[in-house]
Amino acid sequence: MYDVIIVGGGIIGCALARELSRYNVRLALLEKEVEVGFGTSKTNSGIIHAGHHSPPGTLKGQFEWSGNQLWGDLAKELKFGFKHIGELLIAQKREDLQYLENLKKQGDSRGVTGLEMWGPKRIQKEEPNLSHTILKALHAPTAAVINPYEACFGLIECAKQNGLELFCDHPVQSIKRERDNFSIATPRGSFRARIILNAAGLFADHVAAMVGAKTFSISPRKGEEYLLDRRLQGIVTHLIFPTPTATSKGVLIIPTVDGPTMVGPTAEDIDDREDLSTSYSGAADVFAAVRKTCPAISERDTITEFAGLRAVSESNDFIIKRSPVKNFYNIAGIQSPGLTAAPVIATYVINMLRDNDLSLVKKQTWKADIDGPPRFAAMSPKDRKAAIHKDSAFGQIVCRCELVTEAEVLYAIKHGARTLDGVKFRVRAGMGRCQGGFCTTRLMDLLAQADEIPLSEITKRGKGSEICIQRHDIIPKKDDR
Amino acid sequence: MKNQMRKNYSVIVVGGGPAGLAAALGARQAGAERILIIDREVETGGILNQCIHSGFGLHYFKEELTGPEYAERFNQQVRSDKITILTDSYVLNITPDLKIEVISKKHGYLNLRAKAVVLAMGCRERTRGAIRTPGFRPSGVMTAGLAQKMVNMKGVLPGQRVAILGSGDIGMIMARRLILEGCQVVGVFELHPFSSGLTRNKVQCLDDFDIPLHLSTTVAFIHGRKRVERLTLAPVTTDYKPDLKQSWDIQCDTLLFSIGLIPENELSARLRIKMDPATGGPQVSSTMETSLPGVFACGNVLHVHDIVDFVSEESHRAGRYAAELALGMRRPGDNITLYPGENIASCTPHSLSSDREQTIYLRVKQPVKDATLKIGNRYEQKFRTLVPSEMVKLSLPPKVLNHFFGEQLRIEVSSEEGAQ
Repeated sequence: MYDVIIVGGGIIGCALARELSRYNVRLALLEKEVEVGFGTSKTNSGIIHAGHHSPPGTLKGQFEWSGNQLWGDLAKELKFGFKHIGELLIAQKREDLQYLENLKKQGDSRGVTGLEMWGPKRIQKEEPNLSHTILKALHAPTAAVINPYEACFGLIECAKQNGLELFCDHPVQSIKRERDNFSIATPRGSFRARIILNAAGLFADHVAAMVGAKTFSISPRKGEEYLLDRRLQGIVTHLIFPTPTATSKGVLIIPTVDGPTMVGPTAEDIDDREDLSTSYSGAADVFAAVRKTCPAISERDTITEFAGLRAVSESNDFIIKRSPVKNFYNIAGIQSPGLTAAPVIATYVINMLRDNDLSLVKKQTWKADIDGPPRFAAMSPKDRKAAIHKDSAFGQIVCRCELVTEAEVLYAIKHGARTLDGVKFRVRAGMGRCQGGFCTTRLMDLLAQADEIPLSEITKRGKGSEICIQRHDIIPKKDDR
Repeated sequence: MKNQMRKNYSVIVVGGGPAGLAAALGARQAGAERILIIDREVETGGILNQCIHSGFGLHYFKEELTGPEYAERFNQQVRSDKITILTDSYVLNITPDLKIEVISKKHGYLNLRAKAVVLAMGCRERTRGAIRTPGFRPSGVMTAGLAQKMVNMKGVLPGQRVAILGSGDIGMIMARRLILEGCQVVGVFELHPFSSGLTRNKVQCLDDFDIPLHLSTTVAFIHGRKRVERLTLAPVTTDYKPDLKQSWDIQCDTLLFSIGLIPENELSARLRIKMDPATGGPQVSSTMETSLPGVFACGNVLHVHDIVDFVSEESHRAGRYAAELALGMRRPGDNITLYPGENIASCTPHSLSSDREQTIYLRVKQPVKDATLKIGNRYEQKFRTLVPSEMVKLSLPPKVLNHFFGEQLRIEVSSEEGAQ
């Protein structure tokens, strides 16, 4: 019997888990994928928004700036990459200038610091590779970049060390009300809880419907992103936003926290909640838009592409409230700036729980920070020497494109990586320009050794995505010679 | 962790594949004493170790060998020449004054110095991302070389029903290899109107096994959320755009990419060596020296070869010149600049010296029949066919070269009619 069960291990579920782990409650998180952060969060652009974008009078507007200010400390405590690179929202048409002015006012009135309007000269000085047709840009120095999946891994590790019980590969199949409690069924056992926090992302309406708490519906909005070769690292140094359209912030140029530049996303409303496919038209749209702002970027520089799905509610705002069913809370429709808002959403939800008769007593031993994974690529030569001296596995490069050592891969496996994607998103092995061509078999060997399983049981991201088969698995063709 | 490594070398070779091994032997033959080969794998030989098919050595040894056999000939010579090999080691950085930072599990962190460095890091495969194939991102999508490593080194298979995009040599060789393992190969699909690999591989690997080669065709969509389930294929128009109206689907669980190779020049790029955009490798002089004095390049890191025999020849030469420099000898500077003209995709080296015989490797852009290869206005050679997938090797004697002293020499190919 748990006091609280969180359904969904995306950025929201993970932030809730860490925040709740401060208190003396018996806490569990159920995630349908094999690892946390493997849904929408994995494909998020990784932007901590500056604070001025979202309109007032919405939860988005309420949380964007307050969320922004929490990420720097979170990154320090949870040892994930965080860079305050700032943002430029550019106007290329006269009619866009008013939008910039309005946005500046909106930000200033909210207390967003450092907002500044730049003219062409300043823009050319700071970002010489941007189009020369840009009339003005609104500079917001508070914008930052992170890796959303690293944040998930850090949050969940911290929550685990403070008592969270994590159950991955546990999709929720049904929820029953049993007197004052809930019984949650999964293919791998059932769980009982007093309180359920529904953070099931794209499937939050489905989960809510299981207890008759569906007061909203979610529709997926697809975004395709294109990651460029490290050769183009530094082509822009700020996040570059065009003036947005009605449905989307537009196609951005994102200097990711690891260095490589990424362009995207598209915004396309679709029906299928698992359609993560990329398309010819997506690529064409992204690069056509990017060429307008930064002509030097070409589709030829792509090393990989992917798609993600935003969980959009019909209100277009976050849904964070008690449901008609007592002790069942929906935290849904968390689209942009959901990542930015996540840590504030977590405290907001906890205040809501407190107001609703959950007695929350702080633990005496709560530990805010984690040791965090080692990062050989980021070490100084001196630190590298010391690391190799202490553990010779740091002397073994596994992924040459991103300079990842065996020691880091083993650390990732020890801390929960069960799949190739799990390793890749924790340590970057396989994320570089060869896209795993050289390191895949090495990573498979390490995973197989750690779990004492044959290579054929190793998956890309869970059952059904095995990488290889054994020779004896071949079913001979009847008409074989 | 004991550090018994010597610190100073005459020649350090980065990479112990066919290029690195031959370069080290060349350096020894030219008289260099302290030679070191650094390789990131557990044994030298490079990609040859996973190329268990035959067809290697026909030019260099005048006999047909498998990849591992070909590598072993060089390994043996390297051993008997007492050349030091550092395997399972990774070069982190090379500085312009030829200090080399290396890490390895066994030796820890090493700072080495060399009088000459030979870059022989080879190449890597182009991936799905490079051509932005639309669709899902399931498992079962990988490069042909990775599949080759799985099958030949790890004893597992990438899947059961396999499609191959790109008719590069590795793709065609893997088509045959997977048939021999009992897999089904549903077809090889090639964007270009001609095969991207050697003719002999098309005949021996596809035709002999009734594997269809679909030219001017591409994969327009990858279906399957966890594992590849199906592909949408489409013919391409003359500007290589897929014609989706004429597309069709094919069932398979695996898609291999064999769509070209890229020289691995990350170290060279950090050294700010001048590169040739046509080859993706450094620009080199007739002594295989890059724009950075003392740094030489050879093999697939310089330009992608089709056959290893040419790699060995070229690299042996690079090793010799590296040794000469380490020993304090200097060849006269080059006096002819070479540049590609009509229907030449690339040519290496980038400059020549008229004092000795020069070897030039080049590739055409488009296939041609009854071609005339012209060098300047003095030298002509006829070819029945020239195709982009087969590199041309030319040797020019000093008596030809002397005519071009101080000139910008243009190589071009002309023909009465195109091959297609």
